[in-house]
Amino acid sequence: MPTRSRIGKSRSGVAEMAAEPARVAIVGTGNIGTDLMEKILRSDGLELAMFAGIDPNSAGIARAIEHGVDVSTEGIDGVLAMTRPVDFVFEATSASVHRANAGRYADAGLKVIDLTPAKLGPSVVPALGMPDLEAVPNVNMITCGGQATVPMVGAVSSVTPVHYAEIVSAISSLSAGPGTRQNIDEFTVTTAGALESVGGAESGKAIIILNPADPPVLMRNTVHCTIDPSADHDLIEAAVHKMAATVQGYVPGYRLVAGPEFDERGETVSIFLEVTGSADFLPDYAGNLDIMTAAAVAVGEQLAVFAQSAGGHA
Amino acid sequence: MSLSILDVTARDGSHTVRHSFTPSQVEVIVTRLGEAGVKIAEIGHGEGLGASSITYGISATREEDLIAAGVEAGRPFGVRIAVVVLPGIGTGKDLARAVDAGASVARVSTLCTEADVGVQHIEQARELGCLTVGFLMMAHLAPPEKLAEQALVQAAAGAEIVYCTDSAGALTMEDVAARIARMREVLPADVQVGFHGHNNLGLAVANSITAVRGGATFIDTALSGIGAGSGNTATEVFAAVCDRMEIPTGVDVTSVAAAAEEVAEIVDRRPTIDRASLMLGWAGVPSTFLLHSQRAAERYEVEQDQLLLELGRRKIVAGQEDMIIDVAIDLAARR
Repeated sequence: MPTRSRIGKSRSGVAEMAAEPARVAIVGTGNIGTDLMEKILRSDGLELAMFAGIDPNSAGIARAIEHGVDVSTEGIDGVLAMTRPVDFVFEATSASVHRANAGRYADAGLKVIDLTPAKLGPSVVPALGMPDLEAVPNVNMITCGGQATVPMVGAVSSVTPVHYAEIVSAISSLSAGPGTRQNIDEFTVTTAGALESVGGAESGKAIIILNPADPPVLMRNTVHCTIDPSADHDLIEAAVHKMAATVQGYVPGYRLVAGPEFDERGETVSIFLEVTGSADFLPDYAGNLDIMTAAAVAVGEQLAVFAQSAGGHA
Repeated sequence: MSLSILDVTARDGSHTVRHSFTPSQVEVIVTRLGEAGVKIAEIGHGEGLGASSITYGISATREEDLIAAGVEAGRPFGVRIAVVVLPGIGTGKDLARAVDAGASVARVSTLCTEADVGVQHIEQARELGCLTVGFLMMAHLAPPEKLAEQALVQAAAGAEIVYCTDSAGALTMEDVAARIARMREVLPADVQVGFHGHNNLGLAVANSITAVRGGATFIDTALSGIGAGSGNTATEVFAAVCDRMEIPTGVDVTSVAAAAEEVAEIVDRRPTIDRASLMLGWAGVPSTFLLHSQRAAERYEVEQDQLLLELGRRKIVAGQEDMIIDVAIDLAARR
């Protein structure tokens, strides 16, 4: 079956998606960057023009070479030195590296989809709508826990005010790379912020647990929202199920395991989620990679449309 | 190196009282410890700084207020106040606030295989001038070699003491001896080794003594054992056993025995090894799950011991209290 963009290419000007895919680079060749590469290579709207990191021996670089993708071990410098510039960049390094890089991308006129918890631009959860991608130079993908749980907080707050949202994300130790480990506070702080700014909770708290079990456990997430006891449980239930289906649209392994469960007094609603990965890079337990990278690709495909309408540089 | 007793009644005991400690209770605990000769008392939510939550239980009193009460009560006796932070639950900001409130011993607690998530917090604790402790939870999950390797990560980050922490009360004496021996072997001589026990298999005191024999110089205890699951190593029992074995602790046995009785009366709790808490130790489930699993078992009408055993089968670790309800719902649906 032909894909939509191929149809677009054969009938220039009437494409639903960009006629030519946007040229993009990934900076960061760890777990997230490598998983993202696999998904971009399957995307019709995106063309991976550069995979750049700083570790020549990384598994990600080896895999990119196998795929025939141009690689650089000069990190951001490799991307900025390209003779034919990319349209925009996916940053998959760490929060501190992204903070150091952000100004240089801006100077080069490159928009960035940031997969670190640096939180320099507005946070985005595709299931809850996109910010004005044309206007902002930098969008933040929050964290894996944020991508998994903020949609559910958004679903509940679309029905009734959420006074407080608390989430617990448990991920397999093997799927947590050095970026996550060295800066675990950034995970909790950035995720909690998104429960409020994107999910609509009045206040938020996020907890992350690394589980070392072998064989590894699937990514699990629990969401608790405190609500008014008078809130309509049926409407909340419907909103939660609808949101699960929306997220499944770009993260196929996203699953509502239990809930929404209401406590005896009707003051707390709890939602239990599991994310099975599509095993593009790490095995299927690493749903935490998929949920970040799939969401980032969804944003990238949207940005590609603007990149094209702007006639090149986004 | 002399043996130090670190009393955790006002922190691990927080689980036993469902995080309801008041400043006046903390004041009594720290005062009685000080009178008995204990020099470090840990205070806070059972799951550490910043853990007051739906998942772990809401604290009745802000942790800064409990810490401040303990600092004040401990001052005449030279008792230092310890706090624990679990990176992923609490943050460096919470730690800084606790130090502002007067805490001067900082314990950075990670799962025994995940020491690197606490490196930045250990560095911060040193910068804040705290006596800095690495705390490797669920130590039964790591063989001695692995535990020692992780202890080295904490020591390299700046931890002055590194603990083998038997959160599930699942270690036997042989297990403790092998872990402490390997830690002592690989750690630099100026890094001390500690042991934190739970009594789910009835071995807390025996394990603590085993650790001391293997070279541990810090032992966690609690008055009347008041702590999660079947409780911790009882301060008064440990002090009495050490005295019989002529191991100096600086703790007065008659005085600490009286303190243990008084505190048990005040908080109206005295942990025992019952059907459920035995399962914790037997199945290797965190002791902190005892009361959460009791509530979930009642709510979803499942057997608490079956619930705990299923959590053990699923290899749920400390901090995953959210999975208790999840698994209870699943068991109820299968019934």
